[in-house]
Amino acid sequence: MNTPWKPAEQPDKFTFDAASEAEIAKVLVKYPEARKASAVMPMLYIAQRQMGRETGSAWVPVAAMDEIARRLDMAPIRVYEVASFYTMFNTRPIGRYHLQVCTTTSCWLRGSDDVVHACKKAAGIGGFGETSEDGLFTLTQVECLGACANAPILQVDDDFYEDMDGPRTEALIAALRAGERPPAGPTVNRCGSAPEGGCKTLLVTPEAASENQ
Amino acid sequence: MLQDKDRIFTNLYGQDDWKLEGARKRGDWDNTAAILAKGRDGVVAEMKASGLRGRGGAGFPTGLKWSFMPKQSDGRPHYLVINGDESEPGTCKDREVMRHEPHKLIESALIASFAMGAHAAYIYIRGEFFREAEHLQYAVDEAYAAGLLGKNAAGTGWDFDFYIHRGAGAYICGEETALLESLEGKKGQPRMKPPFPAGVGLYGCPTTVNNVESISVASTIMRRGASWFAGLGRPNNAGSKLMAISGHVNTPCVFEEELGVPLKDIIEKHGGGVRGGWDNLLAVIPGGCSVPVLPKSICETVLMDYDSLRAERSGLGTACMIVMDKSTDIIEAIARFSRFFKHESCGQCTPCREGTGWMMRMMDRMVQGRAELEEIDLLEQVTRQVEGHTICALGDAAAWPIQGLIRHFRPEMEARIRQYKAAPGGTGLVQVPAHGVPVAAE
Amino acid sequence: MVRVIVDGTPVDVAPGSSALQACEAAGKEIPRFCYHERLSVAGNCRMCLVQVVRAPKPVASCGFPVSEGMEILTDTDVVRRARRAVMEFLLINHPLDCPICDQGGECDLQDQAYGYGTGISRYHEDKRAVTDKNLGPLVKTVMTRCIQCTRCVRFTTEVAGTPELGMVSRGENAEITTYVEKALTSELSGNLIDICPVGALTAKPTAFHARSWEYKKTDSIDVLDALGTNIQVQARGGEVMRIVPRVNDEVNEEWLSDKARFSVDGLKRRRLDKPWVRVHGKFHAASWQDAFVSLARRLDGVSGDRIGAVAGDLCDAESLCALKDLMSALGSSNIDCRQDGAWYDTSAREGYLFNSDIVGIDEADALLIVGSVPRHEAPVLNARIRKRFLRAGRGGFPIAMIGASSADPTYDVTFLGDGPDVLTSLLDGSIPFAETLKSAKRPMIILGHGALTRRDAQAVYEACRTLAEQSGAIADGWNGFNILHTAASRVGALDLGFLPGPRGLAAANMLRGGVDVLWLMGADEFPIDKIAPETFVVYQGHHGDAAAARADIILPGAAYTEKPGTYVNMAGRVQRAFRAVFPPGDAREDWRILRAFSEVVGHTLPYDTLEALRARMVEVNPVFASIGSVATPQARLPAQAEGTAQKTTAEFSASAFRPAIDDYYQTNPISRASPTMAECSRIYAPVRAVAAE
Repeated sequence: MNTPWKPAEQPDKFTFDAASEAEIAKVLVKYPEARKASAVMPMLYIAQRQMGRETGSAWVPVAAMDEIARRLDMAPIRVYEVASFYTMFNTRPIGRYHLQVCTTTSCWLRGSDDVVHACKKAAGIGGFGETSEDGLFTLTQVECLGACANAPILQVDDDFYEDMDGPRTEALIAALRAGERPPAGPTVNRCGSAPEGGCKTLLVTPEAASENQ
Repeated sequence: MLQDKDRIFTNLYGQDDWKLEGARKRGDWDNTAAILAKGRDGVVAEMKASGLRGRGGAGFPTGLKWSFMPKQSDGRPHYLVINGDESEPGTCKDREVMRHEPHKLIESALIASFAMGAHAAYIYIRGEFFREAEHLQYAVDEAYAAGLLGKNAAGTGWDFDFYIHRGAGAYICGEETALLESLEGKKGQPRMKPPFPAGVGLYGCPTTVNNVESISVASTIMRRGASWFAGLGRPNNAGSKLMAISGHVNTPCVFEEELGVPLKDIIEKHGGGVRGGWDNLLAVIPGGCSVPVLPKSICETVLMDYDSLRAERSGLGTACMIVMDKSTDIIEAIARFSRFFKHESCGQCTPCREGTGWMMRMMDRMVQGRAELEEIDLLEQVTRQVEGHTICALGDAAAWPIQGLIRHFRPEMEARIRQYKAAPGGTGLVQVPAHGVPVAAE
Repeated sequence: MVRVIVDGTPVDVAPGSSALQACEAAGKEIPRFCYHERLSVAGNCRMCLVQVVRAPKPVASCGFPVSEGMEILTDTDVVRRARRAVMEFLLINHPLDCPICDQGGECDLQDQAYGYGTGISRYHEDKRAVTDKNLGPLVKTVMTRCIQCTRCVRFTTEVAGTPELGMVSRGENAEITTYVEKALTSELSGNLIDICPVGALTAKPTAFHARSWEYKKTDSIDVLDALGTNIQVQARGGEVMRIVPRVNDEVNEEWLSDKARFSVDGLKRRRLDKPWVRVHGKFHAASWQDAFVSLARRLDGVSGDRIGAVAGDLCDAESLCALKDLMSALGSSNIDCRQDGAWYDTSAREGYLFNSDIVGIDEADALLIVGSVPRHEAPVLNARIRKRFLRAGRGGFPIAMIGASSADPTYDVTFLGDGPDVLTSLLDGSIPFAETLKSAKRPMIILGHGALTRRDAQAVYEACRTLAEQSGAIADGWNGFNILHTAASRVGALDLGFLPGPRGLAAANMLRGGVDVLWLMGADEFPIDKIAPETFVVYQGHHGDAAAARADIILPGAAYTEKPGTYVNMAGRVQRAFRAVFPPGDAREDWRILRAFSEVVGHTLPYDTLEALRARMVEVNPVFASIGSVATPQARLPAQAEGTAQKTTAEFSASAFRPAIDDYYQTNPISRASPTMAECSRIYAPVRAVAAE
């Protein structure tokens, strides 16, 4: 279910909860102790996800960045630099669902303009970077999502919805509004990035192929 | 054309089980210890003999790159860093490896790390590939549980750890030194070279950065032999390669194909042909947005490999092509790349920071035709002023598509400008240049 | 050495040099913006591109290491085109507001645009505008002018050790900012103004006051701390407009503390510009003649031992020498330069110097700081400690501190304890840092006035000296036993013997009613109510600070910018300052006041030119003959009398060391008169209070 959304402000304090702490523990072991600043991006993600859990808006407040700086022995400005450099860290509150439309050439060639239009219409958003009045949707224009053979792509939070068009976009947003999460992936008849309508290669089964080797 | 028996990525579409069990059935992790038994020099020699060139776009021989790592450690650890920050517009091949062939990647990483004396590998996956990272993490966990990673990985006697690090939305982190900066917890701003990563890389230690695909093919090359791989493709352009077709074709897809196959055949076979037929083709961008566009005339004959495309003043890049039919506004198509590069410039060095914005703004005007004819030359000069003057190759990458556009589609750009001038009722012929006398008066 | 060929000329440079350094060695000018020789190499401005033969592209010379036989070309078409291209890119988004920019006339971008740019702009798109940032009361920002060279980011991170500035966001939108709006907390923030190659960071207090070409520039020495920072006083008309650092690698490199830079407006306020005589409790302006006559009358009949003089912190050696001579002519040996009551071994010069010299910090490999907060007492020296700390790498330069710091030292410090009892543990080796000191090749002990102005100062001093000898801080060729002074006049005064004679009184006794006539020369740093009510006070000085209000006669003197003077820094370096402007009104150079009065009182001093006075100083102490250098070679301290070390431990008081400076921005009459310093004090004091907790 959709939790009620209210526009967030910079909180005075931020504390990692137990779930986040468990993830932090997993992250910190990846890097040498003296190089724990490497964990800054994972920690920003963890903070952002926690905000999403707690407030329905996945963003990173300054207080969280300060906490991360403290945990990683970094100057706070270094964390601010990182958070502002990478586009996937939201330094301002966003809506419950983050609609990210790729408009780079590959997607544009296959109709990303229709997807953008459908997003605006169905979610009730005026333009990129805006959040719908009900706080459910934020629409962001993103650059190439790296799934060009399945263009156009609409990324909703972590999931790629592929081979989109206007009507399917509207249907997806309607489903999200109803609290559903339709399965991600291609929305036409294809297996992953295989050609629509059936594979043209790899017609031999893998087992048979490996026997040939 | 590549036959199914010679395909390396046999679960490319995820039609089969991508987990450990499925991977084992496809031949992954089959007696890895025997491969490592060839010794470090043996593995590197085999890779060199295979003729494999870097699959990330630059095409540097992979075996040679591995051989740059110090033979003896001076006390600093060595690192393998795998570049999974696939963000080049048009490119979507490594994604398939990471989500559908994770074990091929992990096993190959073990072989590669052994060959360069590294006991740890980091893979940097672009942040948007959240589900792909999940798959890979699952596979890593499986591998640890099965003893394929960790101490005495896969019974090879080599200790090996494999870590996943997610990016967060920055194309520039695909540049190897920016990737290392990002991995160290900083902004992804490329470093000056020298020193090169093989000497001073991650955490100041010797490091090799390889593309996901370059690494993933290593296990199969080692199993089937360098001569098998070198037998595919053309001289100096050996092997098979993951490619993709996007844009105006009937069936966009990702596929594995031999190098040196005619571009046209590839479009016809894998892409199902250009939308509206071959004659409806306008242009192809053969390998990600930073290589210059090819007009139809060149596409008729050119082969898909490093050297053939270089000869046409373009490049193989990532071999993920964008096909555009005659309905395409080619100026807008390239202008979108300009916007992409402006958005992705890290802002560190002057020519790129200032130049990408300038180019984007001029391209936006070119799309409308709201420009003067000689501004096409100015635009060309600006691209030349960016090119070769920046810390990393992003400046070059931003310049080349525009240069390709001007080289092949200048008449279209001029026509657009004339059209814009004519729209308010003028003739579209006389214009007042920014400085000096009207062209017509010359 | 490595041989490189620059434009056909072979030059030899040290291995590891950059191509830029090689070009400079060959006498070639390489334009640059981001490169700064005291900061790390960023290579981002791309202005210094040169051609290296066989390199496929032009290379950034600032970060390109030389190799044997490398051929560098600095004047080819490729290079010229590259420079013109970079220049054009830098200018497209830079505002054309040079006429209203404070950097105009001393702007790297302006200068290099003349040399390498074209006269016209081909950029017809909208220019970028960037919001200005509030960095506090000292540094003004006009961020639209910023060219993102990141020198300021590197300065705050590397030199100042207060990483508060950063470049956030990316691409065209990249901005230099503190992100969360806050004032910079560094005592070195003024240097940002100097290192910023454009007008993005300028001086806030003097915004729009003057243009750089209007200044008359005079070399001088800063006296607001005891480091002896080399400065240039820039004046327009009779007014000092600003103070900037000069380069002296042996003292301040090229940095200047904020107090020294921004106290300038204090030179114009609360000045004593005519003699005053108190009659029936009220001050009356007087002529010099009347003031001298009434003072001479007051002295008439007072025996020499009832007259005393205390010198303040800002005095030049010339006036100290003249005052000392006057006092002895009057028959008094009651003279003292230690208004704070500090205790040193004054039997030899090495007893009170920063013996290793400032450059010695670069060689030290372990440091113990006792009762000192270098960050507040000598910010530029603190930056040097930080530099050493960074160069040494992790654990390479262990630093320990006794006595709580009132500020983040900007380097990692092991805090050993609050009070002098820690010294006992160090001496008997019961805490690990004793071993660290002992195993170091060049250990250093910095002893500050937080320890030297206590009742048990002598005990602390002697314990530290014993520790220095035990741990090898005083050895052949190395003397790491360092006193960190806070008063610019102190070492010069000690060199001149401005100390009580055999039966003379120290400052505290003079104040306490030990003398009938007390001559205060710029001495303001003690509670004025300590002066006995019946004491007749002569105040000679330049500011109407606390002591002047207590005085019976005021003799207006000259501030350090208004007189030629000799100053000896804490390391014993004798340095000369020149006069930048004349003192205001009737105020006069201090030694001339003393010379004139000596005539009135009938004890004419035997010199009436500056040269003669300086010859007299050399006579008193030959160190004054060697200008610009540390006069005596670093010698071993004379061995201590047997038994002192054991005796002293018993005398330690249990109380914690207190910082010698409570408020960095308000430590002398000039900074107290400065509205800018008052503003800083208001803004930063609460921050520091929190930090001290």
